[in-house]
Amino acid sequence: MVVQKSETLSLTTHTDIVLARQKARQWAIELGFRLIDQTKIVTATSELARNTVDYGGGGVMRLEVIKDGMRNGFRLTFEDEGPGIPDINLALQDGYTTGNGMGLGLSGSKRLMDDMTISSAPGQGTQISIVRWK
Amino acid sequence: MERIPILRMGAFLLVTIQVDMYDRLAMNLQEDLTNKIVEVGARGVLIDISSLDIVDSFIGRMISSISTMSKILDAQTVVVGMQPAVAITLVELGLSLPGVRTALNVEKGMALLQGLVQQSMIPIEASEGDEEKRDGSSEE
Repeated sequence: MVVQKSETLSLTTHTDIVLARQKARQWAIELGFRLIDQTKIVTATSELARNTVDYGGGGVMRLEVIKDGMRNGFRLTFEDEGPGIPDINLALQDGYTTGNGMGLGLSGSKRLMDDMTISSAPGQGTQISIVRWK
Repeated sequence: MERIPILRMGAFLLVTIQVDMYDRLAMNLQEDLTNKIVEVGARGVLIDISSLDIVDSFIGRMISSISTMSKILDAQTVVVGMQPAVAITLVELGLSLPGVRTALNVEKGMALLQGLVQQSMIPIEASEGDEEKRDGSSEE
């Protein structure tokens, strides 16, 4: 897998979530995604960026254009050094939340994208990558 | 602080969300809207989201709570103008906006609101009628 382009954005406040959404939209348009795919990508970005800010205590978002063999993809990675996720399978269940949200952020984002990888452990922070292939 | 304007049209309140929603703005809107409903005795709220290019779980939850809060304050809520891509994404995200009434556009939304408000006035008469019937049947 080759990374063709990359940019990192800091995620600290709720206004950063708006910036993250705008940036994700801009990249999705540049990559030629259809409106419906743009909407899915931006929505997943919004969910995960909010998790980073609300649960991870802030962190960064990395946008990347990746190439895997013949196909191009848009990868977004959200990283924080917060408390981490003790049970990833549980966190991926619809409706599971430790905060006051609806518990759709993780599970919903996974449905909106093609791939999702989560690496996290208590006290180790959280790293979540989502990919949408062209 | 940035706030979303709330317009009054007779017994209804009209809100057009035209900016990229962020969390503080959403919380302010909930507060302003509930205050306004009580202040003017509004019977209905129309929320136009045609400018919103995404609705994530946070905004979805806000729309649901506004609808529930309004109902408790005796006002009906109708959400209009959702973009097709937003609707598809919402469903895939797992959000079905339970209890939220929707219409395609402002015109249809207004008609629905008027109908709902008229309807919400009927149950009082209907329940009185039921009571009479119950009295009648107990005598038999």
